[in-house]
Amino acid sequence: MLQISLWKRVLILAVILAGIVFAAPNAFYNRVEGHNDALTAQTKNGTLTPEEQQAKSAWPDWLPSDLVNLGLDLRGGAQLLAQVNVADVYKSRVDSLWPEFRKALAADRATLGAIRRVQADPGVLRIRIGNGDQMQKAMEVAQTLNTPVTSLTGVGQKTYAITTEGDQLVIQLSDAEKASTDDRTVQQSLEIVRRRIDAAGTREPSIVREGSDRILIQVPGLKSAQELKELIGTTAKLTFNSVISTTSNSNEAVGAGEEILPSSDQKGLYYVLDTSPVVTGEDLTDARPDTDQNGYPAVGFRFNVSAARTFGDYTQANIGKPFAIVLDKKVISAPVIQSHIAGGSGIITGRFTVKEATDLALLLRAGALPASMTFLEERTIGPELGADSIKAGKLAAAVGAVLVVVFMIASYGMFGVFASFALGINIALIFAIMSVIGGTLTLPGIAGIVLTMGTAVDANVLVFERIREELKIAKKPARAIELGYERAMSAIIDANVTTFLTALILFVLGAGPVRGFAVTFLIGIVTSVFTAIWVTRLFIVFWFARKRPKEIIL
Amino acid sequence: MAFRLKLVPEKTTFDFFKHQKLTFGFSVVMVLASLVLVLTMGLNLGIDFRGGTTIRTESDLPINVGEFRQAVTPLDLGDVTITEVYDPNFRADQHVATVRIQAQDGQEAISPETQTKVLAALQTVNKDVKITSTESIGPKVSGELVWTAVWSVLAAVAAILVYVWLRFEWQFSIGAVAALIHDVTVTVGIFSLFQLKFDLSIIAALLTILGYSINDTVVVFDRLRENLVKYKKMPLREVMNVSVNETLSRTVMTSGTTLLALISLLVLGGDVIRNFVFAMTWGVIVGTYSSVFVAKNIVLFIGLNRNKEKKDPSEKFFDKTDVATD
Repeated sequence: MLQISLWKRVLILAVILAGIVFAAPNAFYNRVEGHNDALTAQTKNGTLTPEEQQAKSAWPDWLPSDLVNLGLDLRGGAQLLAQVNVADVYKSRVDSLWPEFRKALAADRATLGAIRRVQADPGVLRIRIGNGDQMQKAMEVAQTLNTPVTSLTGVGQKTYAITTEGDQLVIQLSDAEKASTDDRTVQQSLEIVRRRIDAAGTREPSIVREGSDRILIQVPGLKSAQELKELIGTTAKLTFNSVISTTSNSNEAVGAGEEILPSSDQKGLYYVLDTSPVVTGEDLTDARPDTDQNGYPAVGFRFNVSAARTFGDYTQANIGKPFAIVLDKKVISAPVIQSHIAGGSGIITGRFTVKEATDLALLLRAGALPASMTFLEERTIGPELGADSIKAGKLAAAVGAVLVVVFMIASYGMFGVFASFALGINIALIFAIMSVIGGTLTLPGIAGIVLTMGTAVDANVLVFERIREELKIAKKPARAIELGYERAMSAIIDANVTTFLTALILFVLGAGPVRGFAVTFLIGIVTSVFTAIWVTRLFIVFWFARKRPKEIIL
Repeated sequence: MAFRLKLVPEKTTFDFFKHQKLTFGFSVVMVLASLVLVLTMGLNLGIDFRGGTTIRTESDLPINVGEFRQAVTPLDLGDVTITEVYDPNFRADQHVATVRIQAQDGQEAISPETQTKVLAALQTVNKDVKITSTESIGPKVSGELVWTAVWSVLAAVAAILVYVWLRFEWQFSIGAVAALIHDVTVTVGIFSLFQLKFDLSIIAALLTILGYSINDTVVVFDRLRENLVKYKKMPLREVMNVSVNETLSRTVMTSGTTLLALISLLVLGGDVIRNFVFAMTWGVIVGTYSSVFVAKNIVLFIGLNRNKEKKDPSEKFFDKTDVATD
């Protein structure tokens, strides 16, 4: 007869209870958030201010304190979708190869003749060999520098693609090397962006990789995407290059491996530089605000061991010559090397204000972005608009819930009451699951919940209608209820699997707020099937066992 | 006897095929009209699909759209659309307008200078105006989003086609998919007719409609499958009528609760998601109509081979089958 085995009853009740307990923190959002912030502060600082102490005690420690994250459209904040221009790295990688190849080829100068670098596209190194008939030998020498790729996917492939064209060696990164370089570049950019945003101390930023070469950055609480861009510091690339000459003509023709960059503080002054940097900002181990010998703000820096040696060797060999400190394609200063700088530390002077020096030190310390970024998409949502949206969503959800409940009770009486309780539990379960998995609630997500309220009762409706039909053909109440559940099952499963499929596609292909909608909708489908099949059934069984009605009106 | 709200009488014997030429013809005309509308008037594509920038502005002072337009014209930003937004939730002194700017040449996302210039220009005509949100999408991403949108709708339809085919008969899956195409086309058509903003969220709504409509259709099909076994000698047309009549009360109840929830969202949920909710509301109405008047007509039109030894797929899926217990 109408029975649910004990272990099932216990399990259902346990799920309901867990749902309510884990959803509960969301009902006291601000209080729990304050509590969580205080806990973070405690682990960070070790102690708590009286206000933090108060915030902490506002929510008991033993209760769950996971909250649903609010999306940017509800909380306000800025979002950027950045594309990392991975090809930038090929250029600097290839530029740095020149000295190495020159050295190797020069060792065989006797057979190869003069070796010169010639103009080439970015990311390509072309070397002209004096004796054009010795290309095979040149190739042999070049191949000795060609090491196998060290990535998992590129096993057996070489790092460089070396070909010959007439009397030139053409050297590029191989496809396997490009792929592994791309991956590293994006990963590195992501880490640097994360560090810079963390350094600014904003709460709950989300920095995730999207696809192969994109980074999605979301920072709640920022007023504009511009602020976020400044925080990331789109271009902060520091290099130390040798100066070939200075000029006042920005379009002066330069040789291969040379470039013209402007001075950052003197208008009309340009430097012709060797494009291969001596050392780069990536080799810095430390940077801090400092003062120069005249007491002006400056930035002190220290290189790592290998860069310190390179820099030491370079300064020793070039005493009396100028070298340029280049930041973001501008020469911030070009001091003359006074002496051999051993130990790898020094200061950068460049007419900074104290703030500029501090900022530059921070940027250098956080590391330079390995490649430039293009912003494909940006969004800013003001906190007021987010608050308005939450208010509107809450109101609509409350009114929708009341309407659905009234309609259900008017249509099915006592059974409608059961379905309405199940609906409440359903919503608690959605919030509980969202909180535990760290899901993000967006405005369309709220719409998804409201829509779920409408559709969640569907499974109940199917069952109740079926029970009605069974009652009509003169079945006893208990039998009718049992058959109602049994026979409505295949329709419930089919209907929900198809809906689930479309929601899943929405989740996989959707982005941003739309995905937020898909998440609540997906969870809503699962929980509504659970509540409709098990929770209302449990209620009905309890009710039936107590009342033992001879007939039921539905 | 306790009071029960019954939108559908206890037992109905409507002949849903009586006016089938009219109802099915009406659907065909609606689909064709939608296609013509989309082809001639096009869609008012949002920046998700064509790139550009939307700036939402708010002011305590009344907003004059004409003045706004004049203020931004000298900035030479190309195609600029300014719309005032109304919502019952707004305070009496809350005036909202959106400014939509086309994608600028050579830029992916909008430059902050442009944004500052627009704000400054608007402030000359409405000193209280401030920006509450901006959204800027470059041509690269918008191009990809168009494909994502098309793919997701196609993938959803294909998934449903296969599922319904596996669980029922192939005729059912053709019928179901025809109903889905009907729903999607008619919904896109109304967006073209009223030139409502069509963006990524509308695609989400379309997929939701697909899910809802197939839900409805499958419930009717499920009953049809059951009745085909029960009434072996009854003509297909009548079995269909019986099935739709038997599930009519459920169809009305579920559409009713869903519409109640959606309408409260439509009215009170704020203007940010109004188009999204409108698409879903409209889709639920169309979807309900199509599962009663489109899906099964197609199945009837193709015809079913009923002599074949009928396999009931539910036996494979569930231990307890409902059909034979009577």
